[in-house]
Amino acid sequence: MDTFIQLTLNGLTLGSVYALIALGYSLVYGILKLLNFAHGDVFTVGSFIGFGALQLLGGSTDPVVPLWLLLVTITVAAMAGCAALGVVIERFAYRPLRDAPRIAPLISALGVSFFLAYSLQLLFGAEQRDYDAFSMGEGVLFFEGFDIGNVRVPLLRIVIIVSAFALMVMLWLLVNRTRTGKAMKATSYDREAAAMMGIDIDRVIVFAFVLGSALAGAAGVLFALRAPTFASLGFIIGLKGFTAAVIGGIGSIPGAMAGGLILGFAEAYTQGYVSTRWSDLFVFVILIAFMVFRPQGLFGKADIRKV
Amino acid sequence: MGDRFDDGDLTQPLEGAAESSAAEGGTSPAVGRDEWVARDEERRARRGGWVGTVETRLGVVPWWAWLTLFVALVCLLPVGVENGYVRRVAFDTVIFMLLALGLNVVVGWGGLLDLGYIAFFGIGAYAYAFMASDQFDLHFPTPIVILLVTLVGGLAGFLVGLPSRRLTGDYLAIVTLFFFQAFLTLTNNGDDVFGHNVTNGPNGILDLDELSLFGTTIPRTTSQGQFGVGYLYVALAVFVIVYVALRLLNDSRTGRAWRSLREDALAAEVMGMPVNWLKLMAFAFGAATAALTGTLAASLNGSVFPQDFEFPLLIAVYTMVILGGAGSQAGVVLGAILVSVLLEVLREPGDSRALFYGVLLLGLLAILKPSLRLAVVLVGTIGLGLVARVVAQAVDERWTSGVAAGGGRLAGWAADWVIVPETLAGWVAPVAYLTMIGAVLVLTLVDGWARIVLLVPTLYLAAFVWENVMLAKPEPTRYAILGAILVATMVARPYGILGEKRVEIV
Repeated sequence: MDTFIQLTLNGLTLGSVYALIALGYSLVYGILKLLNFAHGDVFTVGSFIGFGALQLLGGSTDPVVPLWLLLVTITVAAMAGCAALGVVIERFAYRPLRDAPRIAPLISALGVSFFLAYSLQLLFGAEQRDYDAFSMGEGVLFFEGFDIGNVRVPLLRIVIIVSAFALMVMLWLLVNRTRTGKAMKATSYDREAAAMMGIDIDRVIVFAFVLGSALAGAAGVLFALRAPTFASLGFIIGLKGFTAAVIGGIGSIPGAMAGGLILGFAEAYTQGYVSTRWSDLFVFVILIAFMVFRPQGLFGKADIRKV
Repeated sequence: MGDRFDDGDLTQPLEGAAESSAAEGGTSPAVGRDEWVARDEERRARRGGWVGTVETRLGVVPWWAWLTLFVALVCLLPVGVENGYVRRVAFDTVIFMLLALGLNVVVGWGGLLDLGYIAFFGIGAYAYAFMASDQFDLHFPTPIVILLVTLVGGLAGFLVGLPSRRLTGDYLAIVTLFFFQAFLTLTNNGDDVFGHNVTNGPNGILDLDELSLFGTTIPRTTSQGQFGVGYLYVALAVFVIVYVALRLLNDSRTGRAWRSLREDALAAEVMGMPVNWLKLMAFAFGAATAALTGTLAASLNGSVFPQDFEFPLLIAVYTMVILGGAGSQAGVVLGAILVSVLLEVLREPGDSRALFYGVLLLGLLAILKPSLRLAVVLVGTIGLGLVARVVAQAVDERWTSGVAAGGGRLAGWAADWVIVPETLAGWVAPVAYLTMIGAVLVLTLVDGWARIVLLVPTLYLAAFVWENVMLAKPEPTRYAILGAILVATMVARPYGILGEKRVEIV
């Protein structure tokens, strides 16, 4: 039972990070019908920006600001940096190809992804970067917390899970309760009709990239608090984030959240009960199963094409 | 599902109007004729002067004559070049050409985004290793192995395409990408599949048999330990066979069906074409070519390792196909040669420096033409560099006392012009690199003299980044450049160097 609780906790932590990434894919896909391969690398850039901000603020052992402010600052820095990156990518790599055949922006996205990953490696090397969350506030993130049965739930995990869900709720409110959100939904539903109704499509698309990339940046920091980050991390994480988005139904916000959690749990339980070696393969099998039996995902609507 | 209206037309009427009237200025569309097509034909019409004449004359030469000429030239290469390294690079280039031809079937003709392509290359290599080594103690004769591997590759492609046949391009991309990941997981962890050692894991399979055709074994290395040139000829022969076979295939009924599928899958389906079957065929043909190529690569290397088949290789092959022109066989072969040579040259700082400045100069010449602007840019950049270096030296001796990487005369010149500090402070590299990228991106937005003025500092900054950051790390530099080429080609010239421009009518 203890193992089960521990694994559930692992799955929840991992899954909330996946969900944040999946939301970025979903937002962009919902509006542009573009699979943004570069999203995983934006996530890595976010974790690197967070690392840089952490060093600027004095490092994890001896920061110049209180711990809570430190965490908030590095997350906000990563989100802002990634949002800017998202805008640049959209402007220069995707916008010129908006009306090109479907395959063109995909290849461009592939190029962006590769460029980002290897630029990071060029500038910062291939070695791993560790936020060293253990040293923050003399280990308070690990020693504080509460117990479920015999399993310790450290503060760090609470911080990760709570902030991830807080961001998701904020996004949900933004999309469902604001005018901009309405414009995004309208654009996603029918771009031409939305344009004819006076919605500035370019702004909506840029906004989707800003939101998605900012979430990826936040995910980068939250992920890197627990595990070291490195230049080529974005590839596999991005793949999983996309899988989560597909499982939930790409384009759907609650779907991305559910997909992320399902994937997180699946991975945690496979690693705990079956084998760590094959957990990636298991994720792959889940994806294939979804694509074959329910391509629209859990929350998506079947895509009926009208000519 | 394309957009019937350009978004710009609605949101920014002034800009859209200006665009369309400028376009109409060139050709007035005839009645009953698509304006877009009319404009496009105008653009494709013969160029004036001797360039146009030469182009027309060359256009008459049939494809098989080009192929023969090309193959003859490559065959002569070992006669003139004794250097084993160059011969080896030639072999690798032929391998890349084969890979590009195979990917061209899937991407260029089928219009499908296959991100698991390298996995088929790997499957071919591993299949060869299983059938011609001590791993399972099998030593089949080469022709049978090659036949089997090609079939296995095609079958694998068919099976991977199967679950994705209902899906659109993006989902297909992700399924194949995951398949690629699964292949890597399997090969890396294949030393313990329920207790059986299948792939020997990260240690790979060693001591593969050499190729043996018509009763003679082709040696991997010469008696002096140099590259065995027989492999180059075998690879070249395979290349010719594959090129011709695919060419004929493309001219066949199936090839025409692929093209219609690529242009509009829905319309093709309505016309009664077996769309799913065609997609699977394209997949299978691409995969079979990749697997066949895997055999050649594995037989020369004499070993297979999981790390031979990683993501950068996939991007390299994609860059070849896209740069050369997806859909054009000659184009992708040209792309393969360019990228393969580029990757090879970038390994060595001295060579890559020459390439860098050469490409910059040629690029400037091609874009600005011999003109006053070109002179201004060149003089300005050189002047800026000299001044900047003198100022830097006056401020601090150590800022300019670094040694340029590599060696030779060009390195000396570079160090006299570019600021090469003894040690680079940690923040300089990222800041300079990001500023350079920003400047290049801004360059694409501005026009006229603003562009010329901005070009000068951008060029100098690029030289600074090149000398101080990129030359020191060839490996990430090579791949970052590949990524940049992909994006730039897609945005500026999506049909590549030799590809045919596609007219999209919506």
